[in-house]
Amino acid sequence: MTPVPIFLEVNGERIDAHVLPRLNLADFLREHLKLTGTHVGCEHGVCGACTVRFNGEIVRSCLILAVQAQEGSVETIEGLSDSGEIADLQAAFRDRNALQCGFCTPGMLMAAQDLLKQTPKPDREEIRAHLSGNYCRCTGYQAIIDAIETTARLRAERAP
Amino acid sequence: MKASAFAYARATSVVNALELLAVYGDKAKVLSGGQSLMPAMNLRLISPEFIVDIGELAELRGIVVKGDVLTVRALTRHVDVLRSPEIATHAPLLKDATSHVAHPAIRNRGTLGGSLAHADPASELPACMVALGATVIVCGPRGERRIPAQEFFTGIYETALSPQELLVAVELPVARKDSTHFFHEFARRHGDYAIVGLAAQSTIVGGQFTDLRLGFFAVGDRPLLAGAAGKLVNVAVTPEVLAKASAILGEELDPQGDQQATPAMRRHLAKVLLQRCVSRLLCRPDLQSGEPAR
Repeated sequence: MTPVPIFLEVNGERIDAHVLPRLNLADFLREHLKLTGTHVGCEHGVCGACTVRFNGEIVRSCLILAVQAQEGSVETIEGLSDSGEIADLQAAFRDRNALQCGFCTPGMLMAAQDLLKQTPKPDREEIRAHLSGNYCRCTGYQAIIDAIETTARLRAERAP
Repeated sequence: MKASAFAYARATSVVNALELLAVYGDKAKVLSGGQSLMPAMNLRLISPEFIVDIGELAELRGIVVKGDVLTVRALTRHVDVLRSPEIATHAPLLKDATSHVAHPAIRNRGTLGGSLAHADPASELPACMVALGATVIVCGPRGERRIPAQEFFTGIYETALSPQELLVAVELPVARKDSTHFFHEFARRHGDYAIVGLAAQSTIVGGQFTDLRLGFFAVGDRPLLAGAAGKLVNVAVTPEVLAKASAILGEELDPQGDQQATPAMRRHLAKVLLQRCVSRLLCRPDLQSGEPAR
């Protein structure tokens, strides 16, 4: 099995690499690019900890091969965090104690921001449905839903 | 876990994909969205030697309505189905069912063709194909084959596809103006595999079914088009008629037991779904009172 050349964009930066076909995108981000904010939990698409944005849409990075990301654009939690795109959401998570161990948090933030972009004022059921693919083993979810609801309200108030 | 090592080729066309499959045959697996294949590979349930990635084949994308046929090409993602006005108008059952398929991040990648070729008996979409009377179109070294959905699914993860063939599209009859549908599944959490589910399509005239197709899933090794529907068509449905149909359904089912439910529980839940479905479609709340017949 020989490495395959790929190029892609990660958080706005062009990356050229040689990867084995079996390498999934989550491991590529973590091991090759040292972007360890993307977490690897179940490795079969159930837990949601590895959620990243690929070509603008959230995906499971454990279920995409790095070779499939060829010519694509990946945004990780580091990208969303550094750009300030989700600063308010992160603050709301902190304020509401919507994380304890923090393992699920990058995936939760990815999924939550995806929802808020599509549905600016989601109700709690819509929040639950959109986060249904993200496990949290600490919080019991209520605080996470509170934080997202609060962020949606504050963004709506700020909007012109 | 991680997938074991394999060789990889990105197909450049359907013809190219078929050439690769002709060479590698059953040593190869076709990768479309990868939302069922990758978990199976990461869990080492399967370890293909060769992966043929068809994900970039634009010729396999798209939803087309022509006359009374709705063609959905294989790489149509679940999210595309949910957003498609053509599906909403002409196959609303498929739209309803797709909203129960996994979670947003998975629906952004998973494809209709991939789900059908994977043929998980607990999956929503094969049952929809059976209920809607779909035709599965596959391409292989000897040209195109058109396979009725009911003949396509042959067992747990088994289909009529040969290792050299590629599923390229499905054709669905455009829903009649007077048709109605029902979809419901029991699952531990929204987006999980169903414990038992039902995808149904019907035509009702004067308060009676003139057509009723009941596609049950997670009740056996493949989706079941229930013969019990025959007892409910062109008759005034009374609780007795429904009880008779329910008893026949119980005999048709061959559910497996697993950590989610025993065979008896699955049989019971299938009967509950039948009752709810008939009651809902006929707008007859009286049919839903009490326990379903055993």
